[in-house]
Amino acid sequence: MSTMQPGSRTQTQASWDKELALLCIREHLNREGPLLPILHALQEEFGYIDEAAEPLIAETLNITRAEVHGVVTFYHDFRRAPAGRHVLKLCRAEACQAAGGDPLAAQAEARLGMAMGTTAPDGSVTLEPVYCLGLCAIAPSAMLDGRVVGRLDQDRLDSLLAEAQQ
Amino acid sequence: MTLRLYIPIDAGALAVGAEEVATGIRTAAARHKVAVDIVRNGSRGLYWLEPMVEVETPAGRVAYGPVAPGDAESLLTAILGNGTHPLRRGPTEEIPWLKRQTRLTFARCGVVDPRSLEDYRGHGGYQGLERALSLGAEATVEEVVQSGLRGRGGAGFPTGIKWRTVAQTKAPQKYVVCNADEGDSGTFADRMIMEGDPFVLIEAMTIAGITVGATKGYVYIRSEYPHAVATMEAAIPAARRGGYLGARVTGSSFAFDMEVRVGAGAYVCGEETSLLDSLEGKRGLVRAKPPLPAHKGLFGQPTVINNVLSFASVPIIMEKGSAFYRDYGMGKSRGTMPIQLAGNVKHGGLFETAFGITLGELIDDVGGGTRTGRPVRAVQVGGPLGAYFPRALFDTPFDYEAFAAREGLIGHGGIVVFDDTVDMAKQARFAMEFCAIESCGKCTPCRVGSTRGMEVIDHIIRNENRAANTALLEDLCHTLKFGSLCALGGFTPYPVMSALTHFPEDFGAPSRLQAAE
Repeated sequence: MSTMQPGSRTQTQASWDKELALLCIREHLNREGPLLPILHALQEEFGYIDEAAEPLIAETLNITRAEVHGVVTFYHDFRRAPAGRHVLKLCRAEACQAAGGDPLAAQAEARLGMAMGTTAPDGSVTLEPVYCLGLCAIAPSAMLDGRVVGRLDQDRLDSLLAEAQQ
Repeated sequence: MTLRLYIPIDAGALAVGAEEVATGIRTAAARHKVAVDIVRNGSRGLYWLEPMVEVETPAGRVAYGPVAPGDAESLLTAILGNGTHPLRRGPTEEIPWLKRQTRLTFARCGVVDPRSLEDYRGHGGYQGLERALSLGAEATVEEVVQSGLRGRGGAGFPTGIKWRTVAQTKAPQKYVVCNADEGDSGTFADRMIMEGDPFVLIEAMTIAGITVGATKGYVYIRSEYPHAVATMEAAIPAARRGGYLGARVTGSSFAFDMEVRVGAGAYVCGEETSLLDSLEGKRGLVRAKPPLPAHKGLFGQPTVINNVLSFASVPIIMEKGSAFYRDYGMGKSRGTMPIQLAGNVKHGGLFETAFGITLGELIDDVGGGTRTGRPVRAVQVGGPLGAYFPRALFDTPFDYEAFAAREGLIGHGGIVVFDDTVDMAKQARFAMEFCAIESCGKCTPCRVGSTRGMEVIDHIIRNENRAANTALLEDLCHTLKFGSLCALGGFTPYPVMSALTHFPEDFGAPSRLQAAE
């Protein structure tokens, strides 16, 4: 069987291309309420939602550009700029707080020299908070490029950080 | 002879190395020249034993755990020998932590291969649908009403009443929507069902569809659950191929089909009206009720919207009858509740049991206290919007009304355990911070009040006009509670006020014990 983790990021994301974007948009036009599937498809393809995508979507769906912009900016998942080569998410919710997640998050920020919610200047890694991965019985938890990690401790965090900095 | 092993593919098991364990065992088996058939099941919910490897024996499945990748060789040698191994836990069903549970909703989770429709059918799957089809729509609604099943998402509204309302509302198109936006910290039961027994959800939504006259269903799954998304997206076409979805469900005259929709990281979309707006392709703004979703839901059409666990309880109710389910529980809380023990807890995992068990039994007895070994100081029940309870309230039975009577809620059944190092003022501040991050912005008390709440708590922590600011915080919580449309603004006061009431010493006030002296 395949050992590929669902949700892992592709390492070869395309740079912005209007025709490719239109393909992503048109693929979902026959669905009810197509906007979220379209935005997910664009982010999957390009790694973020380029501002130039907004008028394209608005025109195709016959809604205002403001409506599209409102949706893109409402949801935490949609990026306005490409992420780093790796995305490390650390769970900051209550179950992980109870299990010692806060000091680990502080260590990650210190080791990487960057704040939660930012991308390293060299583009290696984006460090993000996440509010619950549903791994609360094996807290604290993290997700590196779609790969889930539980029972996070000093050692496991160190190896995740080393991997993320590659 | 082929050796059959079970190693979970549940995200929680993968997160602690189940994939590496499976690889290690395959390698060891090749070295021993033994044929192995590794079934990738869901998790049994004994997360403290994950990765848990089960071996099929003539006397039933035998469990080992928690298995590290480095244990693969010694484990296989033991299995091929007399079975003795330090990690051996004995027959799985006899493990006390599992044996004392009442598994109705989770009867198959961790037992079957989640990718196999055949396995599902072989374990009682689709018998509920069969009975629903023979009973007819009206009698099916009555079964669900009579079972006493209440919304497991947290609100506790009777599921059958929702179904009856949709069934009685005339419209050209109706919908069935599953709320799988399980954002509450401390909860993972929805994820486990979707990853471990996806067909039960498909069967339940199909029963709902044919009962209320809806032909289309959506499962709205949060994006933080990629494994659940993948499992559901594989199960739906399998059900379709098996004739359980499509234009003629199991050859009947009923049409029903469904698809997965993925959320985008907004906690508030776990609120049902906000979820419906999100499904429609809008910002996830909360709607004012009425109209109820049962009258005007998705795209303005009558919609059954239930939580994963509410749906997943329906097939067994239909299979065994409402009385069977209703006989479990206490008061107005009927049946079983899949309770999730999380955070700093020694024996964390999924514990399904009849309503009525006390909080103390759950924490001390089932959970075994904290993982750090320090005393339990507080537990948060019901997610980020649930109250913090001190030990003094551990006699509270797990029941919707009993928790409400003590200014708490059971919510989606998650319990997060904290030891005595917790700072309750910090937890209260976080509740406000989380509300500020996740507020959809529709209601001013929630949108603005949450940020003001953080500031006021900061003043209290810094001992600036403490008495006046504490009164202000109480007043603000009152405004949030009664001035917000949904539970995000309305319930954020629960964690804040419970922390302030039960742990005043963390806010700089004399503790209640000292005050009483």
